[in-house]
Amino acid sequence: MNPFTYVRAPNVGEALLQGARASARYLGGGTNLVDLMRETLEHPAELIDVTGLSTAITEHADGGLLIGAAARNTAVAEHRAVRTRYPMLSRAILAGASAQIRNMATVGGNLLQRTRCTYFYDHVGSRCNKRHPGQGCDAIEGFNRNHAILGASSACVATHPSDLCVALAALDARVHLSSTRGERTVEFTDLHRLPGDRPDVDTTLACGELITAVEVPALPFGRRSTYRKVRDRSSYAFALVSVAAALELEGGTVKDVRLALGGVAHKPWRAGTLEASLKGRPASEELFVAAAEEELEEAQPLRHNGFKVELAKRTLVAVLMELAGDLP
Amino acid sequence: MLRDHLALPGTKKGCNQGACGACTVLVDGERMLSCLALAVQFDGRSITTIEGLSRDGSLHPLQRAFIDHDGFQCGYCTPGQICSAVGMLQEIERGCPSHVTGDLSQERIALTRDELRERMSGNLCRCGAYNGIVDAITSFQEGVE
Repeated sequence: MNPFTYVRAPNVGEALLQGARASARYLGGGTNLVDLMRETLEHPAELIDVTGLSTAITEHADGGLLIGAAARNTAVAEHRAVRTRYPMLSRAILAGASAQIRNMATVGGNLLQRTRCTYFYDHVGSRCNKRHPGQGCDAIEGFNRNHAILGASSACVATHPSDLCVALAALDARVHLSSTRGERTVEFTDLHRLPGDRPDVDTTLACGELITAVEVPALPFGRRSTYRKVRDRSSYAFALVSVAAALELEGGTVKDVRLALGGVAHKPWRAGTLEASLKGRPASEELFVAAAEEELEEAQPLRHNGFKVELAKRTLVAVLMELAGDLP
Repeated sequence: MLRDHLALPGTKKGCNQGACGACTVLVDGERMLSCLALAVQFDGRSITTIEGLSRDGSLHPLQRAFIDHDGFQCGYCTPGQICSAVGMLQEIERGCPSHVTGDLSQERIALTRDELRERMSGNLCRCGAYNGIVDAITSFQEGVE
């Protein structure tokens, strides 16, 4: 590890002053950043500990939630309002990592964790455009079973590793940001980027900008929601494919629906095509299959991950069938 | 820090990247991975390692249960397993759900074998003593109740 300084930020203002340097990194639970530092993939000169900032989970009168960025993953997953109003959010968190890691990891840190692409981590033996822009990508022609099938580029086929983020993408969450220039809010689906020709840039955050909270708007039919994760072992593994879904039926017709996929792209993949083709139509397995086909039409599998296309379709259909209950 | 500077070698360094759970300790009673923790972040917090579970030279009842149920073979993962189990039982006590909990709205969650295995999945045992580990934790929990 390189030498670095450490300071514990007592408030947002102080964090921003300290964090404005390009060489500084905000530190949450450390479950990803400390590992990246040990692997020499990150070498901040200054660590700004932001775990002392807001951990509050506030319920709005309209039913929405505001989650402080320093809230631990466990605290969010076990919160009564999250469990009952947004089960997909609890389930997504509980499907990720291990209990020890969820006890440490913050919400803000979860959003900013980096890909677990093995070629990204292998800084000694592999080329990676995310590590060294312009170097090339050894995953594209390498062992790419875990890699992206949607939205990838000729520069990067990495996937975003978070489960929580898939649920937040489905829930139309908004991210509250602060910087020395002021505050702003971005749609969750605009926080992460597709790789394009700049895979080294994961998000749309400006240098020194700090996530202070995540806002989850009210979603009455969020009570009928879930998260399903398909992985190589039944616990403590990253997703091959995951689905966050909420479904509202009225007289057998899809009144409203929210769907997002994980494990398939450089960012949580909001399945907008699928949602559009379901809305207002009578719910049936045939409809779900046809809509899932449509969403995956643009998939571009690599040599070893063709199975993900079929897996994504089947998982989407299975989750929709589960939420729909007994269909005629 | 724990092993070399504080001479508490019970906590083990396994994978050193948050994947195996051998370094699990309790921070104010909550289980965490010491390999991903910068000590400076925990200034003023109470850290319990496996050394802190025994009292006056006598084993913690969960340590005794691990012996009685063959909950280990080589023993390397055991301090992490035991600290993790202590934290896990507190999570169950306060009704924290898990990935396999069917109904998230229930306030009390029974520690079934499936719940236990899921909740302990962050602690790997390369000897494969899992059945003994599950039996040890189950028998300890039944004794407490």
